Amino acid sequence: MASVDVRCAGLELRNPFLLASGIWGETGASLVGAWRAGAGGVITKSIGEGPRAGYPNPTVETYGTWGMLNAMGLPNPGIDEYLAEMAAARDAGAVIVGSVFAGDEAGFARLARRMSSAGVRAIELNLSCPHAEGFGTEVGSEPGQVERIVRAVTAETKLPVIAKITPNAADPAALAAAAERGGAAAVSAINTVRGLAIDVRLKRPVLSHGLGGLSGPAIKPVGLACVWQIYERVRIPIVGVGGIARAEDALEYVMAGARAVEVGTQVAFEGIDVFGRLARELGTLLDELGFARLEDAVGAAHGAPSGPGARAAG
Amino acid sequence: MRSVVRVSERVEETPSTVTLRFPYGPPAEPGQFVMLWIPGDDELPMSLSFTDGASKGVTVKSMGDTSRRIQAIRPGDAVAIRGPYGRPFPTSPGRTLVVAGGSGSAVLAPAVERVRARGGSVVVALGATQRPELLFRERFERCGATVRVATDDGSEGFHGYVTEVAATILEEGSIDAVWTCGPERMMDKVVRSAAARRVPCFGSVERHMKCALGMCDACAFGPFHVCTDGPVFDGGRLASVPEFGRFHRDPSGRRASF
Repeated sequence: MASVDVRCAGLELRNPFLLASGIWGETGASLVGAWRAGAGGVITKSIGEGPRAGYPNPTVETYGTWGMLNAMGLPNPGIDEYLAEMAAARDAGAVIVGSVFAGDEAGFARLARRMSSAGVRAIELNLSCPHAEGFGTEVGSEPGQVERIVRAVTAETKLPVIAKITPNAADPAALAAAAERGGAAAVSAINTVRGLAIDVRLKRPVLSHGLGGLSGPAIKPVGLACVWQIYERVRIPIVGVGGIARAEDALEYVMAGARAVEVGTQVAFEGIDVFGRLARELGTLLDELGFARLEDAVGAAHGAPSGPGARAAG
Repeated sequence: MRSVVRVSERVEETPSTVTLRFPYGPPAEPGQFVMLWIPGDDELPMSLSFTDGASKGVTVKSMGDTSRRIQAIRPGDAVAIRGPYGRPFPTSPGRTLVVAGGSGSAVLAPAVERVRARGGSVVVALGATQRPELLFRERFERCGATVRVATDDGSEGFHGYVTEVAATILEEGSIDAVWTCGPERMMDKVVRSAAARRVPCFGSVERHMKCALGMCDACAFGPFHVCTDGPVFDGGRLASVPEFGRFHRDPSGRRASF
C-alpha cells in the first residue's frame, strides 16, 4: 500500500487528515476521541483570551449532505481553562495543533505563548472566521495586517505557525504570501465561505447571527481554487480545507498543492470514523493511480498540459 | 432540515410544567429529542413527551428565562422543529422499573406507554417536590403501570428521595431493566443501585446543545456527545463518564458543578 504519512510544516503526520478547528475539540476527551479514530492530527477549537459563550441558537443550517451553514460565534472556555483540557489529549500522544483567535497582534502573541507551553506541536491562527465582529476575517483580510500578526506570533514561539486564510477576500493568495513574509511555516485554506439562510415562513434569517459560514462539499471548488493560486504564490506548505468527504477530494487538494488537509463538516454527516475511512481509502487510491507516496502527488496537477491540442501534445 | 409548525394545544400539566402539542410527521422513538426554535429567541433540545403519530409534544418545566418563554407560547404560535435526533430507550418487554424525578417523566412517559403496549409490565417510582408536581401520574396509571410516589415534603407517598423508593423495589427483585431521567445526582444513585444488582440500566442525560449533529462539541460528555451518542445512555457508559452527576458545561465549554 502506498504510504500516506506526510511531513508538513515540521509536523510528522501519520496521514494527512487533520481534525479541522471548530469540530469537536472543545474538550480534551473529544481531542483524544478524534485522534483515536485515526485523525493524522487534531486542531483545537479556536481559543481566545477569555471565555466566550458564542451566539445563541440557531447556530447551524444544513443542506442535505452537500453543505452546512454555521455561526457558532467562537465559543470557547478561554485559554486558562482550556490548557487543563488539553493535558488529557497530550498525555494520549495526540498530535495537537492549537488554534487561537484574537483582535490584534498583541493578543495573538500572548495566546501563542500560552498555547506553546501546553504541548501543542504547532499553532494555527484563525484569521478567517467569517462571522465574528472584531475577529477572524475582520483582522485577516488585509495583507499588511496578516503579515504583522504572523510576525508578532513567530517572535513569541518556536513552534511552526499555520495561518488559516479566508476565502472571503479579493485575493486570498496575497494573504498567504503576506503570511509567508511574516514567517508562517504553512498556510491553511480555506475557512468557511460567508453565507446566509432565510426562513421564508418566519420571514427572518435562520441563524441568530444572520450571516454565517458555508462548509461541506459545496465549497470544495472554492477551496481548490484558493489552494491552486496559493501554491503558485508561496513556497511554504499548504493545508487544504473545504468539502473533503472522500479520499478523492483530499487528493484533489494535494494535486492542487496541499501537503495535508483538514476535515470538519463530514464529521457531522458521518461521525468521527470518517478519519479511519479516509486514510484507508487514500492508500488504495494512490495505489490505483501509481503513486508510491502521498508526497509524490503534491502539486501534481500544476504544469499539466491544458487547452487546445494538449491531448495530442500530452 | 426544519419545519415551521403551529402549536395546536397547550396543557398545564402541573403548576410548573406545560405541554405543547404540534403537528410534526417524522417518526420518533421514545427517548429521542427535537430542536425547538422559538422564532426570535433560542433554539433548544427538547425530549419528546409525545412521540406517536403526527401530533408530537414536548413538556417543559419552568426553570429559567428560556423555559418561561417556551411556556408562554400559545396555540396558533409558530415554532420551528428539526429532528428527531439521538438514541431512544430500548423498549423491550419485561419488567421495567422507571425512576422519574421532577420533569424526567416527560421523556419516560412515552417509553412506558410503548413498553406497556408491547405487553411489558412497568413500575414507576415517581418523585417530585410536592404532590401537585407529580408529572404524568395519571398517564402512567392509564396505560397500566404501577406508580409508587415519593415527595420531598411528604405531601404524598414516601417522604423523601425517590431513589429510596427505587432501591426498595429493586430489592424486591424480578426487575429486568431500569430507566431513569431526572436530576443528574438522582440518576447517578439509580445507576449505582442498578449496577449493584446487575440490572441493565438506561438514563437520559441533558447538556447544553448547539448543533445537535455531533459536530460542535457543546454537549461533550466524557468521550461521548449527548446529541448523537445519547441522550439515552446505558448505565455502563454513564458510570464511565467522570462528569456524570458531577458537572456539566456552560455555553463556552467551562465546567459547572451540579
